[in-house]
Amino acid sequence: MSCITTRPRLSPKVRLRFDRRTGRYLLLYPETGLDLNGTATEIARLCTGENDVEDIVQRLALIYGDVPSTIIERDVNTFLSALAARGLLQSDMASPPL
Amino acid sequence: MNMYRPYTLIAELTYRCPLRCPYCSNPIDYARRQNEIDTNTWLRVFHEAEALGVVQLNLTGGEPLLRDDLELLIEGASKLELYINLITSGLPLSQERLCRFRALGLNSVQLSIQSTRPSESDRIAGAPSFARKRETAHWVKSLDLPLSLNIVLHRDNIAEIADIITLAEELSADRLELANAQYLGWALHNRAALLPTRDQVERARTIAAQARNRLQGKMEVVFVTPDYYAAYPKSCMDGWGRRFMVVNPEGLALPCHLAQTLPGLHFENVQQRHLAEIWRHSSGFNLFRGEDWLPDPCRTCDRRTIDFGGCRCQAFHVTGNAGVTDPACSLSADHYLIENARIETSQLNGTPIVFEYRSAKAIPGRAA
Repeated sequence: MSCITTRPRLSPKVRLRFDRRTGRYLLLYPETGLDLNGTATEIARLCTGENDVEDIVQRLALIYGDVPSTIIERDVNTFLSALAARGLLQSDMASPPL
Repeated sequence: MNMYRPYTLIAELTYRCPLRCPYCSNPIDYARRQNEIDTNTWLRVFHEAEALGVVQLNLTGGEPLLRDDLELLIEGASKLELYINLITSGLPLSQERLCRFRALGLNSVQLSIQSTRPSESDRIAGAPSFARKRETAHWVKSLDLPLSLNIVLHRDNIAEIADIITLAEELSADRLELANAQYLGWALHNRAALLPTRDQVERARTIAAQARNRLQGKMEVVFVTPDYYAAYPKSCMDGWGRRFMVVNPEGLALPCHLAQTLPGLHFENVQQRHLAEIWRHSSGFNLFRGEDWLPDPCRTCDRRTIDFGGCRCQAFHVTGNAGVTDPACSLSADHYLIENARIETSQLNGTPIVFEYRSAKAIPGRAA
């Protein structure tokens, strides 16, 4: 089942922090963190509970206009699954979306 | 050598603790090291650590709650945007104080338990504490802080693993660390009483793996294998001086909790030198960095970039030489010392052995 209808939201334990040593963002949570690339950072920022996956894909398509939306959708779902598997999304997204 | 960046600062705020766990990771002679650095020194250390690249801060001890200035330390760390983990036994604590910590910027709490059975938990901890721990877990969750439960596994509690997982679910823990004791410090002193058998470890590992799958996305279940029953050693601290830095209660900056117990190594104090200089230039930090120091068979082993030769403290405290391959490695010439400990345990056939509680009385003849 796709997660088109759900609106992913980052868990309250997660903190997004700019890393001035690398110019990238880190997604910090207890004990560890993820070093995000640009796309992942944009997706994480859109996980506010207000956007559904389709909204997120559309927003990214505006930024990365030259990338086919099927690829963007795949990347979004992959990243959201990775976050969900680590328990980094709110409970309504607790199981992997795919 | 500037290629190494510390991501995590482990701030051991004090060696004082209301509990007396027989596997405590503090040095055996902790009682002689009660000269704690002050609030301003810690705040400067946090500042220097953040400038060096640190993003995670573990406030630990001993029991960090015994520091009256914990509020000030959390506030200071929060201003630096450090992700602040409080690693605690849960006492002495009030809900009001925890509430203050949260308001000042605390990000997560890791709470220890010793057993799922109250009387047994209190026995292992050497102090009545289980009821308070349960209460603390509820406070943490009611404040919407992430809760990690940590239980050190050993012969007397490893069979409870299914109950431990149930308790963690009941308490809505976000993470459960099922951490087999690391046989160093007090745990090495008490090894004969604590080391489980291979059967015990395998049963626990299977149950933990099932729980990990079942709870994925809900509660992270981490099972730390005892390296006495692994073919290869752990990548202790992710490698010496690579990602972690410890500052102990006296202000010594170290690559791990027990590095100062290794003879002949020189470590420096944050009261005398800037943290960045210590990280980059201190001889103690550089001695086991990279691959140049690696002994045989690590030197040509494919796993040298995975485990970095294993634990230096284990090498020293088991073989007497900090520069050899971790004896937990099945390829180590000293591995028989680990095998002997396993045989000793299997021959005990479950016979209980009385352990010695952590205490201020240093054990004669032992430096760690």
